[in-house]
Amino acid sequence: MSTLEKSPWLIHYDASSCNGCDIEVLACLTPVYDAERFGCIVTGDPKQADILLVTGSVNNLNEPVLKNIYEQMPEPRAVVAIGACAYSGGVFADCYNVKGGIAKVIPVDVFVPGCAARPEAILDGVVRAAGLLAERRRAMGRGKRGTVTEGEAS
Amino acid sequence: MSASIEHAAVVRRAPGPTTIPFGPQHPVLPEPLHFDLVLEDEKVVGVVPQVGYIHRGLELLIDKRDFPDYVHVAERICGICSFMHGMGYCESVEGLFATIVPDRARWLRTFWCELERVQSHLLWLGLAADALGFENLFMATWRARELVVDVAEETAGGRVIFGSAIVGGVSRDPDDETLKRCLAAMRDVRAETLRLADVMIREPTVRHRLDGVGTLSHDDAYILGAVGPMLRASGHDYDVRSRNYAAYGEIEWKSVVETAGDSMARALVRIREIEQSFAILDRVVATMPAGPVSVPVRGMPPKGESWVRLEQPRGEVLYYVRSNGTRQLERFRVRTPTFANIPAMVAAFKGSSLADVPTIALTIDPCISCTER
Repeated sequence: MSTLEKSPWLIHYDASSCNGCDIEVLACLTPVYDAERFGCIVTGDPKQADILLVTGSVNNLNEPVLKNIYEQMPEPRAVVAIGACAYSGGVFADCYNVKGGIAKVIPVDVFVPGCAARPEAILDGVVRAAGLLAERRRAMGRGKRGTVTEGEAS
Repeated sequence: MSASIEHAAVVRRAPGPTTIPFGPQHPVLPEPLHFDLVLEDEKVVGVVPQVGYIHRGLELLIDKRDFPDYVHVAERICGICSFMHGMGYCESVEGLFATIVPDRARWLRTFWCELERVQSHLLWLGLAADALGFENLFMATWRARELVVDVAEETAGGRVIFGSAIVGGVSRDPDDETLKRCLAAMRDVRAETLRLADVMIREPTVRHRLDGVGTLSHDDAYILGAVGPMLRASGHDYDVRSRNYAAYGEIEWKSVVETAGDSMARALVRIREIEQSFAILDRVVATMPAGPVSVPVRGMPPKGESWVRLEQPRGEVLYYVRSNGTRQLERFRVRTPTFANIPAMVAAFKGSSLADVPTIALTIDPCISCTER
């Protein structure tokens, strides 16, 4: 088990969520669900983060912000899309200012279902993403540095 | 060497205002809120708020959904006060139909409104503690809050999006045994909240960050149209619950008013409101009437318009609907409390130091998702 897998650092960005999933992300980090037992902590700095948690869907204004955060993260990195909005726009899919799920902007590794997503489901998503990180790390260690996720960002 | 010193002297400019961005992705805020802060040295002299990062345009969905279905969208205006948004929409549509909601539904709505106020204020208390660097208190508050969320899940069915408001009443009917059991479970939360709030307001480091910071005067609060705890912390006794929607007319309660107008006063208003809400919850369950929880609302809504006002955790909110006589209403409009509080927030920032901006922003308890919709 690599250090990365044992202690992934998280960064959370609220794209255009209704706050429901954001509250559940915070609830995950607090004592009852306690994501910190997996070694996770939340950081505000993309350059220190391994896993990007995104809630909500993209619009013209937040699309560059989301892309910017993703591109600043060092590899290996993983993206967890939380909730129905991050998948497809959810209940707001028909709104004029909703472009759709975040997979239109950045590559997504894990989709967490729910509206709002339950903390148990979010934890599951984070643990799966941590597993992916370890895989990617191993791939990079075999001299394929950068080949795993490079070029996926559009 | 001497040449470079001379060069430095040439490029040094006279000190003037500096603009620095605050947000949109900022560690202290879970939501993307963006300000341009104009600073003179460390003093904030101007604030330019920028909104739109989470604008979805959900008001315009009203003519794409049948009116009973739109309540799902209305609930998702904001996850912190979801039930009140759903209920506000339902009450305004009931106003179009002139529907009389059964008593038990009105009492249950009051129950869930106050439950939501408790969880929202506890959420705020945690985030404010986190902004002050008091991480232990943040964790402890959120642990207490989980018990409130459990009660919401048991009675309404959802943790953050309650999903129990429907046009004509409520969709769930928890029996009296369940409600009493939930109240008993919340006794612990009540004691724990009092203890935590006491820690918060007695702690010298907290007082140092909040006392006399971000003051909003009595007159400014009124002139700038502040609402909710922001207005009540500046000494105005104005709470929309006194307009007796749901069951507030038949249940004894008192609005919470502080007079100092600073960050501490805003914190105190919310802390005392948590206690007030627990008391209301007790009274609601004690006087819960029996009977049906909804009446059917069928057919086309009559042409016309209707509006209601509610008191959300963050203040007064207004819902307006206009019908053209079809299943799809023509217009839906929400005026949310944080939107009303932005001018007052800008006034509270001015004159404070840069280091106090995050804590002042937190004591205003902004809800950007409501504001931008």
